[in-house]
Amino acid sequence: MRMAIPRTVREDFPIFRRRVHGKPLVYLDSAATSQKPRQVIEALVRYYEEYNANVHRGIYTLAEEATAKYEEARRKVATFIHARRPEEVIFTRSTTEAINLVAYAWGLHYLREGDEILLTEMEHHSNLVPWQIVASLKGASLRFLSFDEEGYLVLDDLERVLTERTKVVAVSHQSNVLGTINPVDEIVKRAHDVGAIVVVDGAQSVPHMPVDVQKLGCDFLAFSGHKMCGPTGIGALYGRYELLEAMPPFHGGGEMIQLVQLHTSTYKDPPWKFEAGTPNIADAIAWGVAIDYLCEVGMEAIRTHEKELVQYALNRLQEMAEVKVYGPRDVERRGSALAFNVADVHPHDVAQVLDQEGICIRAGHHCTQPLHRRLGVAATARASFYLYNTEEDIDQLVAGLQRVRELFSRVPR
Amino acid sequence: MSLDELYKETILDHYAHPRNKGKLNNSTITVEGANPLCGDEISLYLLVEGGRIVDVRFEGRGCSISQASTSMMTEIIKGKDLSQVRALIDAFKGMMHGKEPEIDLGDLVALQGVRKFPVRIKCATLAWIALQQALDSFEERGAVVTRVVEE
Repeated sequence: MRMAIPRTVREDFPIFRRRVHGKPLVYLDSAATSQKPRQVIEALVRYYEEYNANVHRGIYTLAEEATAKYEEARRKVATFIHARRPEEVIFTRSTTEAINLVAYAWGLHYLREGDEILLTEMEHHSNLVPWQIVASLKGASLRFLSFDEEGYLVLDDLERVLTERTKVVAVSHQSNVLGTINPVDEIVKRAHDVGAIVVVDGAQSVPHMPVDVQKLGCDFLAFSGHKMCGPTGIGALYGRYELLEAMPPFHGGGEMIQLVQLHTSTYKDPPWKFEAGTPNIADAIAWGVAIDYLCEVGMEAIRTHEKELVQYALNRLQEMAEVKVYGPRDVERRGSALAFNVADVHPHDVAQVLDQEGICIRAGHHCTQPLHRRLGVAATARASFYLYNTEEDIDQLVAGLQRVRELFSRVPR
Repeated sequence: MSLDELYKETILDHYAHPRNKGKLNNSTITVEGANPLCGDEISLYLLVEGGRIVDVRFEGRGCSISQASTSMMTEIIKGKDLSQVRALIDAFKGMMHGKEPEIDLGDLVALQGVRKFPVRIKCATLAWIALQQALDSFEERGAVVTRVVEE
């Protein structure tokens, strides 16, 4: 079948030349981290070979070039998510650090005893643990929106769990296990009605579909570079400028200050107020190049391509009676992270057998222990797709799963 | 490196038909072992009388390697006195780290293939480390309920 993205896109990714256990690489773990196109790898090398210098304080050519490229990357990130201005984008180490930034800088400052933080039962640990810590420091409590059998949030419960005590709603835009795309715009409206801010974990959505923070209406959005063809170690927090202005800093140190005296200091304006210390210059610049790359392919095309792949995968897996798939069946309401289990075979054994065939999938709790407890399983296997995956990859997965069945059916009766 | 070496029939047999599975209500030692990274979990129930393991049961869920290793372990330690059990623990852990066992490990020898898959060694040793720590606490303080988390 002709897909939204031609398979020639794979030629941009040097890693696909690699073989694993003598087999061609079938990479189905992009929800954990994506592969990198040559353009991004070359951008890293170019920075270190041609204009490596610290940003924001040099008055020599190299430092000016590095600063210009670093700030250009910020503009690219801001445009990509439709922020009103580049100053609404803070570079962080990761999605995790971005969420911690909000939890600590906003949460410690604004939360009071008795306040409530509303999360969902499908959150990644990175959008759960920081809130547990901050809630316990401030005497606030956590409440949870559950999800139904199909993996959709039970929005009817908002009535009950979203009250005037709710100060923060923190929700994943797209589940890293179930694949569910949550109706963030609707949740934002309801949250704003009670005066709560909304923090969106966009780690799994921003890489895979067009995301517009103004349309979503969210107050904060956290996401990472490495899941969207960029390098590891770089992420961002989008925050509405008025909120960033009113918030105290997260980390103190160089680069974030205006005037430092022995007992007090004044800080720069956002976003630099939140970027203490030498930032991750190389990876920010390379992330900007990854965004150029994704824009050239087209985010709409990527979303369409993934819908085609997930539909194909759902159809193929349905042929196997012993495979149970979790999460929504409607590809309009789900992304490409696909969790499943093979009857009577632990996901680790599934992943081990697939590895021998050159197929990379994830097995475990995928940093979502409460979600797995809710599903009533200790672990799941997960395949996830991106622009470079093909229907043949899914055929390989299905063939690999048949091999799993064969191996485990040798069990003596 | 063949998968048949890892998933030997003996292992699949113990995984599909675990021995001594269940709970022991009169146990002297109860120990839980968990590997949070994998989601492997086991609970061991041991009845110790006169320095001998007179009965043992286990509950658990996890991969074939962790569950088969636990099943085989219960089989071999049942009826043994504690010093023999200690020797078995040493021999098994040694084997998983490349040492030839000097005592007969029975079915457990099937787990030797796991050595070629380093990330899975922890699955095989989970129950043994839990047992070892339980015995340590037991010999210090008598009856114990303890929890071991393997990182």
